[in-house]
Amino acid sequence: MADIISVQNATKQFGKVTAVDDVSFTVREGEIFGFLGPNGAGKSTTIKMLTTLLTPTSGTLELAGHNVVKEQTAARKIFGIVFQDPTLDGELSAWDNMHLHAVLYKVDKKTYKARIEELMKLVELWDRKDSLVKTFSGGMRRRLEIARGLLHHPKILFLDEPTLGLDAQTRNLLWNYIKRMNEQEGMTIFFTTHYLQEAEAVADRIAIIDHGKIKVLGTAEELKQQTNTESLELAYLELTGKEVRDESLSSAAGTQEFMRKIISSRMNK
Amino acid sequence: MDTIYILWLRQMKKFRRSGVRMIISVVQPLVYFVALGYGLNSIFQAAGRGSYIQFIVPGIIGQTTLFSCIFWGVNLIFDKQFGFLKETLVAPVSRTSVLLGGALGGATIGVLQGIILFIIAILFGFHPYSWPMVGLTLFFLILLSLAMVSFSSAIGAIVNDMQGFMAITNFLVLPLFFLSGAMFPLDGVPRVMKAFAYVNPLSYAIDAMRATLINQSYFGLWTDFFVMAGTLIILLVFSIYRFKKIQA
Repeated sequence: MADIISVQNATKQFGKVTAVDDVSFTVREGEIFGFLGPNGAGKSTTIKMLTTLLTPTSGTLELAGHNVVKEQTAARKIFGIVFQDPTLDGELSAWDNMHLHAVLYKVDKKTYKARIEELMKLVELWDRKDSLVKTFSGGMRRRLEIARGLLHHPKILFLDEPTLGLDAQTRNLLWNYIKRMNEQEGMTIFFTTHYLQEAEAVADRIAIIDHGKIKVLGTAEELKQQTNTESLELAYLELTGKEVRDESLSSAAGTQEFMRKIISSRMNK
Repeated sequence: MDTIYILWLRQMKKFRRSGVRMIISVVQPLVYFVALGYGLNSIFQAAGRGSYIQFIVPGIIGQTTLFSCIFWGVNLIFDKQFGFLKETLVAPVSRTSVLLGGALGGATIGVLQGIILFIIAILFGFHPYSWPMVGLTLFFLILLSLAMVSFSSAIGAIVNDMQGFMAITNFLVLPLFFLSGAMFPLDGVPRVMKAFAYVNPLSYAIDAMRATLINQSYFGLWTDFFVMAGTLIILLVFSIYRFKKIQA
């Protein structure tokens, strides 16, 4: 299988803070790839660089051979994304949100209505298509976001903590859709999660990132063998330690640095 | 083009559902119009300046549109906070078209509200001096809306929170309005105030509407046009520049 995501020596600095530090890895086409790490390890920053929301300080990131900085529009057509936080318009109906996405991604006008119906039926929201999204529960919104992310037949689907805050039933349902898409359309899945059993159950390969660097990359089995542990959870703790992290940075000194950065950036404006 | 259209349509759909907001936004200028228009009419006439009601209508239309448009950028803040902005930022479309779609929506709402006020003024007895010239009034109203929405979008792109946005726009909106000659003729005011009126783009918009509605102009219609067009281009380019700089 060819590589569909390629990251070479990617670094992202925010002022003096290095969020992602010289990271390199590749993801194969059709793979389900788990990207794990503690809070503030650099997961979201990596996803944001891959999805063109942040420009890397240095390094090369490519999606299906398209450089995400130089060929932004081509790269954007390759992927769909479900962000950690909701990105639907609550004041519009579910169908309007899907329609808007279809137009933004130039989905063929003749087929998008059928595609929207198919996907909304898949996530069991078709009977609620005319309801305003603000009336939806968290789980319904996440399902709609996933349906929307799939609308333009992306080759890669990025999922940033797709199951965060959802009950077991909804989590199970979501992974069933995602796996079906992976099998039926050969779609590559790149996801982050804090639920390690989930990662162990669905991911073909897993990378663990900490302090902006990839610690390890391999199948769940390989990770367990490497650390001589019985579960992915234990392997993960073995690799990243048991210390609790702050959301943005991992030490008090770092927090001070972060505040100084904010203050100086305000002053510069 | 499709991108601009769908994002314009999004604004329209949301606006259509906000019936109450629409009414409220017209009430405030209406209070100004009735209270000041009728309150000061006799004094204005005694001073030999004609009907104050006639005089104030272009100013009130300008006010309605200004207030509607200058706060439009708050939608951008909401889109940042509720996350929808990210959906448009990762889409394979140009940032310029994303900004233009939303801004055209905001400008359309501003123009509609100006028109509603114009119709109400007619019901209160206002009469334009020449109906064909009303088309030109509309043209200037559109210029004003676009310029103010661009300005508001730029602020919305720079600032990330509601409080900051509201602080800036509230700080600006009243001086812009009161120092524009919307409420009084500019020929009689002190030099300092006049200086402010000269650098205030709203003065030219209101002057143009006054010229086309009641045939009274302070700056001259061509000056109004060039200042408004220039202001629009500068603000539009600035807002696109700022919008492109947004990083998620």
